Amino acid sequence: MKHSSFFWFVLPSALLMLTFIAFPIVSVVTQSLYQEHEQVIIEVENCGPFGCTVSESVDQEATAALREAQPLGQWAGLEIYKDRNHLAFAEVGEAWTSSVSMRDFAGTLMNLPFYDAIAFTLTYTAIVTPLTIIFGFLIAIGVNAVARAMRGPTIFLSLLPMIVTPIVGALVLFWMVDARGVLGAGLQWLADDPNLSVKASTPLMWIMLMVYGIWSSAPFAFIVYYAGLQTVNTDTLEAAMIDGATRWQRIRYVVIPHLVPLTTFIALIQLMDNFRVFEPIVSFSAQAHARSLSFAIFNDLGGETRLLSSAAATSVLTIIGVAILLSPVLVRTWRDFGKAR
Amino acid sequence: MSKATRLSPTTKIVAYGFLGLWLIMAAFPFIWTLWGSFKVEGDFFSKANWANSLFGTLTITETGGSFTGDGYYGAWVQEEFWRAALNTFIVCVCVVTISLTCGTLGGYALSRSTYRYAFWFLLFALMFRAMPPLTLVSGYLLPFFEWNLWGHLSTTIIVLVAINQPFTLWMLHAFFKNIPKDLDESAMVDGCTRFQAFRHVIIPVMWPGVITTGLFSFLLAYNDFAVTTMLLSKENQTMVPKLVSFLGTTQTKGNVMFAVAAVVSITAPLFVMIIFFQKQIVSGLTAGAVKG
Amino acid sequence: MKIWKNAMLGTAVAALTATGAYACEADGRVSIIGNEFPAIQTVAAAAGACEGVDFSANLTADHQTLNVAGMTGNPAEYTTAIVANSSIVALINEDVIRPLDDLVAQYGQDIPQQQLITVDGKVMAVAFMANAQHLVYRADVLEQLGLDVPTSYEEVLAAAEAIRAAGVMEYPVGGSYAAGWNLAQEFTNMYIGTGGEFFTPGTAEVSINNAQGVEALEMMKALTAYMNPDYLTHDSNATSAEWEAGNVALMNMWGSRTGVLMDDEGSAPEVYENTAVSGPLTVGDSGTPATTLWWDGWTVAKNVSDADAAATFQAMAAGVSSDILNDETMSQAVWLMNGFEAAPVNEGVLASVAAGSRPYPMRPFQGLLHTALGDNIADFLQGNESAEQTLADVEAAYTAAATEKGFLQ
Repeated sequence: MKHSSFFWFVLPSALLMLTFIAFPIVSVVTQSLYQEHEQVIIEVENCGPFGCTVSESVDQEATAALREAQPLGQWAGLEIYKDRNHLAFAEVGEAWTSSVSMRDFAGTLMNLPFYDAIAFTLTYTAIVTPLTIIFGFLIAIGVNAVARAMRGPTIFLSLLPMIVTPIVGALVLFWMVDARGVLGAGLQWLADDPNLSVKASTPLMWIMLMVYGIWSSAPFAFIVYYAGLQTVNTDTLEAAMIDGATRWQRIRYVVIPHLVPLTTFIALIQLMDNFRVFEPIVSFSAQAHARSLSFAIFNDLGGETRLLSSAAATSVLTIIGVAILLSPVLVRTWRDFGKAR
Repeated sequence: MSKATRLSPTTKIVAYGFLGLWLIMAAFPFIWTLWGSFKVEGDFFSKANWANSLFGTLTITETGGSFTGDGYYGAWVQEEFWRAALNTFIVCVCVVTISLTCGTLGGYALSRSTYRYAFWFLLFALMFRAMPPLTLVSGYLLPFFEWNLWGHLSTTIIVLVAINQPFTLWMLHAFFKNIPKDLDESAMVDGCTRFQAFRHVIIPVMWPGVITTGLFSFLLAYNDFAVTTMLLSKENQTMVPKLVSFLGTTQTKGNVMFAVAAVVSITAPLFVMIIFFQKQIVSGLTAGAVKG
Repeated sequence: MKIWKNAMLGTAVAALTATGAYACEADGRVSIIGNEFPAIQTVAAAAGACEGVDFSANLTADHQTLNVAGMTGNPAEYTTAIVANSSIVALINEDVIRPLDDLVAQYGQDIPQQQLITVDGKVMAVAFMANAQHLVYRADVLEQLGLDVPTSYEEVLAAAEAIRAAGVMEYPVGGSYAAGWNLAQEFTNMYIGTGGEFFTPGTAEVSINNAQGVEALEMMKALTAYMNPDYLTHDSNATSAEWEAGNVALMNMWGSRTGVLMDDEGSAPEVYENTAVSGPLTVGDSGTPATTLWWDGWTVAKNVSDADAAATFQAMAAGVSSDILNDETMSQAVWLMNGFEAAPVNEGVLASVAAGSRPYPMRPFQGLLHTALGDNIADFLQGNESAEQTLADVEAAYTAAATEKGFLQ
């Protein structure tokens, strides 16, 4: 394709992405390199319906001059990235020298918010992504085996977890797994433990978040695989059968290789989405037990005083994390592009 | 069904058993919600005994019958949920149309270009998708207020289209790769320009992939919360933020049953849609919409 | 000209205008941003009924994220923000609201002094309602066991033990201990109750890693032993649900939520008929109640023309005048204007005020500490680390955040 026609074809998409994603990313990166200027603090008396109290306040006049001089705030360089709420270089270094054992060091590390969040995020991604793919694949195989007339309703029901509005879907589930909800009671009965409560225990909460993650994204993998299965060459399958291949061998040597390209796509999207896990943590009120990188951003932006630079720094770290995670898949795509030339 | 895909009885039982289990897992929470939406809050969210939501003990004491439509009445009539439904409809139609228009053009070009910069374009699009939407949206607020863009449906539509563009591009790019190059190239040999070739040769054969991609765009716009809640003013609110506003705040109690009724109401049109488009989704994907 | 941008207000206004005429006339733009609970709906509706104003209102739970951005531009999108004592500081910090002294002098002579919020002698907001957390108890349960209504957390623990020992309830204590904002709020209450000071006076340096901090945490942990094991996920919604299910006999709850607990919806008669409120609880012997007082009030944007500011002031003053009080609105809140008649449900908040409780601190950096507390206290309650370690973590998290915001160097 000629350069000029390529340019005109991608122009609308490119403009949209430049304006609403690329430009904000630049400003986010800039934001993460600045911190707010010094605030001049004074003591004042505040009065209201409940009487007067002496409290601190910001001296607006003194601060306004500083603001005028540096509208972006003070240059911080990588200070925000290095501070205790992010990569915490100083704290990690100190823990390294003062820890008596690896276990001790790991404990200190997990007490730092960023490492705590990254530990959960990575565990979640590492467990949910493959299981989603496997589940989606099995469901697709199952649906494919159903009589044709029944496929419509089956596909519809299988897609439900993906299409129900996540926020309230999770709210209903959250209530259902309550110790006195229907699922919670069922679990207690299964485990034969009347005091079992998913919401009270960190490991169970992690498991629940992951089960929810798989439940809600398996339909995506399913529908992609199901479509892929429709194009498996039946001649090849029949030939394999005549050669005496068992059912398992047919799946292993004919069906699975056919689905590999689809798996790449699903893995790409799922890795990225799982790395940004956020909604279930809010919906399940799980923040005492599990925090992710996206949750840390939400927390920075949701307080009464918003920590813009901190949120920006965490966002940049998230993008870097996604880039590292996706690099194997991307290298593959790069090679494919080379072939196409 | 061909002979090769016929199953032995044992495999059949295992496959059906697994599938049955999955279908229960997938549908149970929703059926439970549907049933519970006709109860009062004290029953559906009963802390005393979950069986209350089956039998509606409090529903009977409070309303006299074992089913009540109060949640639906409250949401649709009292809180005027239909306005939100109308807004959602506008947003979804526009998002899908614009998304697909830009996406097909871009996706087509990306699939036909053999230069490295096309790869880099795709790569950057993917990296853009990695940006947590929360950060993006909070960055929009100041300029949008400044330029008087905040609160309008049109702003939200454009933002949703932009945020969804990377996914659309990747999907459509993969799809167009499966349409043989010879088709449009022979048209160009016959003297068509690139755009004419696209219009007369590619457009007629691209629909399955476009419909599939469109459904994903639709779902994104339909279920979006992060963008719509921050960028729409109250009177332009779409269904999801409206529904969340029924849930109440720390200091005041909300109308949770309105929210539950709203969830059922939101999901119902999707039923119809999936049933209607189910064949196209599958055939679109089959045509190669998602070959990595 | 009246522009009804918010349809929801329509009905509320119809109800209001039927009860009495407003003596309000102004010329200019009035645009409100605020939370969406019924009392604020009432105020917004009454302000919108003002003759001659170009009115719009955006009442949403996300108001805190929107108000600063919406008032920063010039002219500002919103001419007034309805805020609480915790959230006004963000507006003062960003310098987007104006002092109201001249407007009060010109149009606000009737506003009682107690409603004016002053910072450093300048009127910054006009408060219209109050809220506080206080004890809610089940009268029948306490009576059955011959217990007095507790006035301190120590008595709550003793009563809880008695209730559990008698086999009446397994988890008799409730509280919004959901990790995050709620949990931080409970710590703030408790720490104030121990007589602790959050900061070194005159600076932004945090100082909670002390005996009072440990005492507050220990008391919270002692209480959680009598709470449903899921307490870290129980926000005020879930805690109220526990109450309505009859599982809880004693809890510290928002005054604004007690009305719902006492009505006949959502619970059995023995629960709602026996739900009673009393004043705030104390902890230790400091004498300060372990609760915080809250007000909601309105402000006027800085970046709007003087004419719009005057119109906004007049409309909002009408919106919070005694005229809005009628049978329907009286029970929506503990109103601060003259003419408010307290119902039994309001006694808890009034008792909290009378007991000399402290208002939630109006410090520019209190919110940062609140966030840090919400993130870290759960670790201690779950038994993962010592109280000192938790408090040290809170201080470290706060210090990093306050440095970023320029409060600390």
